[in-house]
Amino acid sequence: MTKTVTDVICPFCGTLCDDLEVVVSDDGKQLLEVYNACVIGTEKFLHSQAKDRVTRPRLRQADGSWKEISYDEAADYTASMLAKAKKPLMYGWSSTNCEAQSVGNEIAEISKACCDNTAAVCHGTTLIAVQDIGLPTCTLGEVKNRADRVIFWGCNPAHAHPRHMSRYSIFPRGFFTGKGQMSRKMIVVDPRCTDTAKMADVHLQLEQGKDYELLNALRVAFKGEWLPDVVAGIPKEKIREAADMMKSGRFGIIFFGMGVTQSIGKNHNIDEAIAVTKDLNEYTKFSIMPMRGHYNVTGSGEVFAWQFGFPYSVDLTRGFARYNPGDTSSIDLLNRGEVDAMFTIGSDPGAHFPISAVKHIASVPSVCIDPHLTPTSGVSKLHVPVAFNGVETGGNCYRMDNVPIDCRKVVEPPAGMLTDEQFLVMVRDRLKKLKGAA
Amino acid sequence: METVTITMKNLPALYLEADTITPDSFAGKTAAQIAELPVYEGNVATTLGKYFEINGGAGATAADTKIIVKGDVRKVKYLGFKMSAGEMVIEGSTDLYVGAWMTGGKILAKGNVEGFAATAMKGGELTIEGNAGNYLGAAYRGDWRGMSGGKILVKGNAGSDVGMYMTGGEIVINGNVDVHLMTHAEGGKTIVKGNTQSKLGGQMVDGTIIIYGSIETMTPGFKPNGEVELEVDGVKGKFAHFIGDMGERHKKKKGAVVYANLYKKI
Repeated sequence: MTKTVTDVICPFCGTLCDDLEVVVSDDGKQLLEVYNACVIGTEKFLHSQAKDRVTRPRLRQADGSWKEISYDEAADYTASMLAKAKKPLMYGWSSTNCEAQSVGNEIAEISKACCDNTAAVCHGTTLIAVQDIGLPTCTLGEVKNRADRVIFWGCNPAHAHPRHMSRYSIFPRGFFTGKGQMSRKMIVVDPRCTDTAKMADVHLQLEQGKDYELLNALRVAFKGEWLPDVVAGIPKEKIREAADMMKSGRFGIIFFGMGVTQSIGKNHNIDEAIAVTKDLNEYTKFSIMPMRGHYNVTGSGEVFAWQFGFPYSVDLTRGFARYNPGDTSSIDLLNRGEVDAMFTIGSDPGAHFPISAVKHIASVPSVCIDPHLTPTSGVSKLHVPVAFNGVETGGNCYRMDNVPIDCRKVVEPPAGMLTDEQFLVMVRDRLKKLKGAA
Repeated sequence: METVTITMKNLPALYLEADTITPDSFAGKTAAQIAELPVYEGNVATTLGKYFEINGGAGATAADTKIIVKGDVRKVKYLGFKMSAGEMVIEGSTDLYVGAWMTGGKILAKGNVEGFAATAMKGGELTIEGNAGNYLGAAYRGDWRGMSGGKILVKGNAGSDVGMYMTGGEIVINGNVDVHLMTHAEGGKTIVKGNTQSKLGGQMVDGTIIIYGSIETMTPGFKPNGEVELEVDGVKGKFAHFIGDMGERHKKKKGAVVYANLYKKI
């Protein structure tokens, strides 16, 4: 016999779908099938059942081989590495729950570390822009029920957030959007003709790196002022047409992704996009929302902001929280050789950071806490595999619109495996003894 | 004016946060007392004397104190942090936050400086003979008040985000600058003798930009407004005049809307 667990939360992307059904064996030890999830979410659940999964911590030996050690030994190693370091970097946090993040912050405070999450290479620029000019935003429920103008700027949900359009933004029939996609006008701004762009009513195929100029031109167009004939490769008539389409809606939303946050202009692109949203509120109701990637990167920002006052790139080395991306952000710290120990959890800088930064990770004492084998676990001295959060343990997570949702445990982890939180508590307690903290 | 010479003798393994190397902290102290001033290497609190050899003595006040920084200080941050008076000469290149939040006095950096130099500067003079990094004279994150007074001269090139949220003062760059010049500025003046990239004066409310070299991409919010003759540093020249950012909010003075001005040498 099998049993079906309903209303399961998907721990893959920031859409945090909450309608999955998972079939597990009668003893709750095996996960058999996943329904309703996208192909990536399904894979995330099924990957927990991989037969070749690493289930015990492994320490790199002098000859390059791995030696299996106990969780106790791994916690000793991690605590002593953090206690010795003058400036350890604790990076990641986006693929674990808020409870583990909070214990991590205690560790960071005791060891006077720098701590950062994956926003550093993702929506960190968005957070800077929000600090500069604020954020008129809403929840995804409002988008589903109200939005008749949907703009995807520099993002491709068809591939990166596969169920976003069907659950919230384009297809669902909401309270005021009874005709589903027929009720909505869709504008996509992307230099590439992506699968999302192919669905759009209007595709503004701008020149790469000219997002700031196009956003700037839209603001000018709202005010009916003079415009050059062509901006970012788009004729001014088309820009005025798009501006009128935005103004004529009843409720609009701009979703934006890595295409604007990490291309030239960075935080200023988002700054200007927020200004566009603010301007549009003189004509109709408009909101803006970042398409957050990891399923709990938003939660990590919330927990950092709650406990330290800043959403990412926090430097605790002087015993209090300081923040200035460019100085306290992970890639800058690694590239400049400012840190002397690396602690990674719930993310994969080995795959996402520039090679110069990864080389620095490889050159210092390092610990990687991750259920998977990743490029980061490959370059780290200690790899601590843990239970899959959202599959083998529950915990609080935040959706991209800052709505907290509790993940659910659906299956038992392999015997003897710890969760992120359990392992971090072991490290914290050891560190307290080493540092003589109360 | 008394002179203190500090020379790097033991390089830090990581980076040194030395926000105490200012005429204000040195004032009234002997070389031995200066050696005891706190600095930080990562999370380890230590003293200035561990890294620097200190010669001479400080004047009674910051205004009477001149500091000469010698040796390799490329891994030292915060030189001249919050200084209010006096002088500092940095013989080589140095790291982040040179003259950040300074309110007076003079700094001469003979090499290059990295980012965040003169963050939210209120007064004084900063001269950089080499290149400057990003965020020169800009605001701290989330603040709407960048450089508000004083003078910056960069003889080499500068990075991106120069004069972000600037409200007053003057920046002169003899070389080239990267993207985003005087974004969000509400006053002040920047003169670039070399070439510029794109996104100049984006979201600019008020203030002046003067460009002698090329502009790779003009910000669409800047509208052509004829030609004018300007006198800069005593030299007259003909400039194309643009006003903007037309998409941004603007104040009114005596009934007329005040725009930011951008002049490009013809």
